[in-house]
Amino acid sequence: MTSIIIDDEETARAILGKLCSDIQSLDVIEEFSNAMDAIKFLNKNEIDLIFLDIHMPDFTGFDFIQTLKSPPKIILTTSDKNFAIEAFEYDCIVDYLVKPLTMARFTKAVSKAEVFNVDIEPVEESTAGASPSSKAASQINVSAEKELFVNIDRRLIKIDISSIKLIEAKGDYILLKTDTQNYTVHSTLKKIVEKLPDAQFLKVHRSYVINTGKIIDIEDNSVLIGRDVIPVSRSNRPELMRRLNLL
Amino acid sequence: MLEQPSLSYIKELSGGDTEFELKIITVIKKEFPLEKAIYFKNLKEKKYKEVAEIVHKLKHKISILDLEKSYEVAIEYENNLNSCNTILKEEFESVLLNMTNFLNTI
Repeated sequence: MTSIIIDDEETARAILGKLCSDIQSLDVIEEFSNAMDAIKFLNKNEIDLIFLDIHMPDFTGFDFIQTLKSPPKIILTTSDKNFAIEAFEYDCIVDYLVKPLTMARFTKAVSKAEVFNVDIEPVEESTAGASPSSKAASQINVSAEKELFVNIDRRLIKIDISSIKLIEAKGDYILLKTDTQNYTVHSTLKKIVEKLPDAQFLKVHRSYVINTGKIIDIEDNSVLIGRDVIPVSRSNRPELMRRLNLL
Repeated sequence: MLEQPSLSYIKELSGGDTEFELKIITVIKKEFPLEKAIYFKNLKEKKYKEVAEIVHKLKHKISILDLEKSYEVAIEYENNLNSCNTILKEEFESVLLNMTNFLNTI
């Protein structure tokens, strides 16, 4: 089975690499320290199995799975037992390994992967964002607005809405990227979406809202905005495609 | 009494492959101080969510060095940090010191 390893911790990647090298049927093609690089790789390459860490900064293993159109078999690796229930919601997940990994448990997981068939039924995102009615209402309120004021260090900063490229959720904060500057604001994606024109902005992932007018290109399950490659969840992709003026 | 770190897990995993043992020890010795620095920086800045994240990451190395009780401390400390609570800070930092001292000897 061709496989890749995704883990932000080098020690974990080294251990997984060793365990994989001891199993003849496994061929590790690449290792990645972050999910975005793995997404780019998977857009161009097909593999059979992914060893995926759940707990990574900015982009969790589950976020990663949401972006895959046809996920291959996945074995989750984590130091946290608490995600086991969520893991069972994904048809592509073969097994769930708790670190530190042992050869016996690892071998068992790989054996399961060898006979496992992936059911490619799409998994819907649990976080659906604002309801259609509340979005429509907020759109009326802001339709004439061209500017947005955000509170940063007790100052209200004016931002030209059309200059906003994208907004990323970062815990209790949002990172607002404009053509000229980035702002970190204490708010949520849901709140800011209500203040932005619906026709111009779209939530493409549970952690990202983009200005569709700023898209440079779209590659399968990601969009390029400026230098940022933004993941697109399968559940949000149809709406994104609907909005494009396709030839 | 402080738990004593060991290389039993690494040795069991290696199955006698000394090249791998050396590789993993080198990686840990390189990665651990960086993670420790991130831990102290975020703690100083009271970024508790980020502190919890790095404690989570350090947990793996704690378990690799066979520190079972310290691992339990780290789990509880991570949970505390997620509630912006630093109870167990001293205990956790003594675990880090214990690991640092051990890694300096190998």
